[in-house]
Amino acid sequence: MDVSVKNIRKEFDRYPALNDVSLDIRSGELIALLGPSGSGKTTLLRLIAGLEQPTLGKIYFGAEDASHRTVQERHVGFVFQHYALFRHMTVADNIAFGLTVRPRGERPDKAEIRRRVGELLEMVQLSGLEKRYPNQLSGGQRQRVALARAMAIEPKVLLLDEPFGALDAKVRKELRRWLREFHDRTGHTTVFVTHDQEEALELADRVVVMSQGAIEQVGSSDDVYDRPNSPFVFSFIGDSASLPIRVADGAVHFQDTPLGITPRASDIASGAGTLFFRPQDVVLIEDPAAPALEGRVATSRRLAGTRIADLDIGKPGAPHHVEIEVPLEATAATGTAIRFRPTRWKTFAE
Amino acid sequence: MAHKSFRLRSPTTEAPLARYTLMAVAFLFLALFLILPLVAVFIEAFRRGAGEFFASLDDPDTLAAIRLTLTVAGIAVPLNLVFGVAAAWAIAKFEFKGKAFLTTLIDLPFSVSPVISGLVYVLLFGAGSALGPWLKSHGIEILFAVPGIVLATVFVTFPFVARELIPLMQEQGTGDEEAALSLGASGWQTFWYVTLPNIKWGLLYGVLLCNARAMGEFGAVSVVSGHIRGLTNTMPLHVEILYNEYNFVAAFAVASLLAALALVTLVVKTVLELHYGAEIAAGRKH
Repeated sequence: MDVSVKNIRKEFDRYPALNDVSLDIRSGELIALLGPSGSGKTTLLRLIAGLEQPTLGKIYFGAEDASHRTVQERHVGFVFQHYALFRHMTVADNIAFGLTVRPRGERPDKAEIRRRVGELLEMVQLSGLEKRYPNQLSGGQRQRVALARAMAIEPKVLLLDEPFGALDAKVRKELRRWLREFHDRTGHTTVFVTHDQEEALELADRVVVMSQGAIEQVGSSDDVYDRPNSPFVFSFIGDSASLPIRVADGAVHFQDTPLGITPRASDIASGAGTLFFRPQDVVLIEDPAAPALEGRVATSRRLAGTRIADLDIGKPGAPHHVEIEVPLEATAATGTAIRFRPTRWKTFAE
Repeated sequence: MAHKSFRLRSPTTEAPLARYTLMAVAFLFLALFLILPLVAVFIEAFRRGAGEFFASLDDPDTLAAIRLTLTVAGIAVPLNLVFGVAAAWAIAKFEFKGKAFLTTLIDLPFSVSPVISGLVYVLLFGAGSALGPWLKSHGIEILFAVPGIVLATVFVTFPFVARELIPLMQEQGTGDEEAALSLGASGWQTFWYVTLPNIKWGLLYGVLLCNARAMGEFGAVSVVSGHIRGLTNTMPLHVEILYNEYNFVAAFAVASLLAALALVTLVVKTVLELHYGAEIAAGRKH
């Protein structure tokens, strides 16, 4: 089921949580809504589910305008951040809930419900736990019960709010892989919210990067990591360094020193801007005559297979701090000078 | 190896002397002001033996008072159960203008003297009020009749259920309800299968306290009742009348029934707290 969000605005007490947001989700896609807290990602998810009503704009499920449909009518599977399992019901009753509350005519009979619950438990690998209560389960198990419960109503769209947020790192990693397999097997259109970029980049077909109630960029993991389209995306995803620069005469300058890099069509043509690059995308320049950025090593530290140098760049009174990766053999002792040039980079106008 | 042994004490623990003194004061106070009077009620009631005790209860006016008290509680408690759940639901789960005002209003019966609560109804429905003549011409009796007693009791006992539920429901939030709705449940199904089971122990606790007060209320009921024997006398009022007539055995016999009710309430409350402490505790953070 395709889901389209068209020019959505959502205000809480006149304060816009989302402003003119549009997004097309293709059938069968696994989409991540990624952003810092307060970026509006959970609000967007709740709007799609029908748990919130938009102030302006429309939401389409397929060709049908679902904007005025209630949450019950939208028939979505929603998995809540803290699972929201019914604590007084067993696992089996929790999973069966969506079927048992159906009107008499549409409700499957008891044996059929039991069979379906059994299937779902098997699917989430929790067979044998049907008689347990939620407080007798681990976090990861609760999460999977919540998923099975949402799947029981055979939803058209699966929506997950910070699905792994409350789990410890190891379980999180396992469940992440498991969810990907689960999605590939069932083929549901799935949208999940996360503030963990690693999770979004690893899991999603497409990542929607959000900030301050707006969508910054939509694209594959490669797109948002390698081709960020805004300073926010560049600094939010992955490690990055930024410097104020000027483009003049077809060359990039930092405080009047040319860096030896030339702007491309996608960069700013002239004037002031900001240069972004990633710590690993640099090359050290040995030739003292060649144009390059020069920094003094403030500290350096060993990080797994690499060495990270913390550089002070520019005038000594108010230096800019930049982190770059240097070869392990580089001495990078505190106080020494290092000259380098970014190999992959992007400039943004001020 | 010899070493000096220290008696280590947690920093919040007092010296034994201070501890025992505090405990003794607490127990003495309890015994003097709570247990002694309670025991006295029962001793006084059985002073002339069990026969006299039961005989004094088997009086038409006394039986009428017991019946009236049960009737009033039987009407007031279910009403406040419904009002209390509705008010708590509104305050805990929705955002609306005037919420703070409503919350304060719920506490009003606790902050107003019961006598005033009764007088309000006299002012509203009495012969001198604007409504009085109209009620009289239509033959509706509120004041000095059962409806007035019920109204006053409802007013005085309103906060119990609501105050018990508001913090509990606020703590539980709306997550479970949203989950139920997203699974296709109707609003009524959500309330019945999800909300109500989540609050049932807190609700029971509130109802218990509400009931104890409904049966024991004196001040407000005294103002609106008119003290008509066999008609508008509730148990607490009847105790006062019997006592004023120097009929001590009968007075204390009826009083002992009320005291027994208090004891039953306490026992049920304790059992509830033992078994469902966590769920009720959320409701007692006020």
